[in-house]
Amino acid sequence: MAATETYITQSPDIACSTLGDDTIIMSTLDSTIFVLNSVGTAIWQGADGATPLSRIVQDKVCLEFDVTGDEAMADAKEFVDELARHGILSVSSQPVSPGEVL
Amino acid sequence: MSLLEEMNRKATDLGIPFSAHVDITWRCNERCVHCYLDHDGKGEMTTEEIKDVLRQLSESGTFQISISGGEPLLRRDCFEILEYARARRMNVKLKTNAVMIGPKEAARIKQLGIEQVQISLYSHRAEVHDAVTKLPGSWRRTIDAIGRLKANGVKTSITHILMTYNSGQAKAVRQLAAELGVDFVVDPTITPKLNGDRSIMRLGISSQELEEILHSEEFVGNVDEFCDPSSAVNEDILEGYSCSAGHTLAYISPFAEVFPCVQFPMPCGSLRKQSFREIWQHSAALNELRSVHIRDLHTCSHCTHVAYCSRCPGLAYLEGDFRGPSSVDCGKSYARTGIPSLAMSRAGHSIPHVSSGLVQISGVQ
Ligand code: SF4
Ligand code: SF4
Repeated sequence: MAATETYITQSPDIACSTLGDDTIIMSTLDSTIFVLNSVGTAIWQGADGATPLSRIVQDKVCLEFDVTGDEAMADAKEFVDELARHGILSVSSQPVSPGEVL
Repeated sequence: MSLLEEMNRKATDLGIPFSAHVDITWRCNERCVHCYLDHDGKGEMTTEEIKDVLRQLSESGTFQISISGGEPLLRRDCFEILEYARARRMNVKLKTNAVMIGPKEAARIKQLGIEQVQISLYSHRAEVHDAVTKLPGSWRRTIDAIGRLKANGVKTSITHILMTYNSGQAKAVRQLAAELGVDFVVDPTITPKLNGDRSIMRLGISSQELEEILHSEEFVGNVDEFCDPSSAVNEDILEGYSCSAGHTLAYISPFAEVFPCVQFPMPCGSLRKQSFREIWQHSAALNELRSVHIRDLHTCSHCTHVAYCSRCPGLAYLEGDFRGPSSVDCGKSYARTGIPSLAMSRAGHSIPHVSSGLVQISGVQ
């Protein structure tokens, strides 16, 4: 049986801007600020709710940053869990349509 | 250095307008005695023009945006504008007198994820506040609105501007802010009108009162540190800039004009004639401003206070030379340390009227 896919979606309760390679994100719920490096930014920008995390990692991380799939996927999962814990990203096993996000 | 400061520094290096202040109207339902604006609404940007400005700012990398006025809620499209800014994922602050914030508006502000609502409160006493705003009942309405915002969980702050009308009330207003559960900022700022008219500056507090405030632990934290005149100037300071105006901060007037800061009325271009990016990157005025380091300031670079002075180039501009000292900041440095500034010494040590600069001192919670 195929492993369950993970879909990630940017929360509407954030403000963000990308400066060079880095992205600043602020939770509008509690004003916590996060700064993502270039790899984090690549994952963040792919978090459209429709692209599976494995695909984001493959296309945006492995190809652009020259890392192996397994290693990159493990790091990406940890990163996604961390942002999800702060309510910055939501994680689902099904694609999310744009109407469900905002 | 906080993450925000770090990103602001990065924005400076990359030439990104990280913050913007957009006045969507100069019309107002109050007539504050110290206001530096005229209240003519003729020629204001349309809804679509404002959205286009917000789009351009967001595409240029703007993260923080203050929507202000005049009274922004006087525009019927204010919530449409706020909603658009949030849809562009900007960190939105709303500056308002709050008198039009009823239950529906407070709930909508929360729902939109506005980061903070900043409200001016001139006194803990209704009659004093209303005498400043010249709107009977405004204190009651503002206080009620603060309660509604708090009940909705909206981060709210009170800014208390010091002037002759409310002399000596800062502690009581700070206490009221604590009771209301909101942040408190005291601002000894009466600024000249944007056309250079300085008549309202007579409303500023006395130098003695400013000195008291600047030596009061509840307003400045560690007084010894804040008033210590011994910070030595170093290469980093001389290589640095006065402030973020024109580097990472832009101001947009209701008439689509671009300036470095709301308090720095040096015209840089019109968004009705050029794109924001063109103005930000190619305005001769902005590029001249950006070329000026602290070491290039003819008087301040040799002044003993330069390492910690709050010198505002906008106020210096209103005095005729943005490379020069700002007399109100000279007054503040003097009030902090008791040592005359270089500009004061050169002028024969007269103590300037101090209260029209812009140091914002966050209350110690
Ligand atoms: S110091 Fe003056 S010009 Fe600079 S950001 Fe502050 S108010 Fe604006
Ligand atoms: S105290 Fe006056 S002269 Fe000295 S640095 Fe500040 S503005 Fe310039």
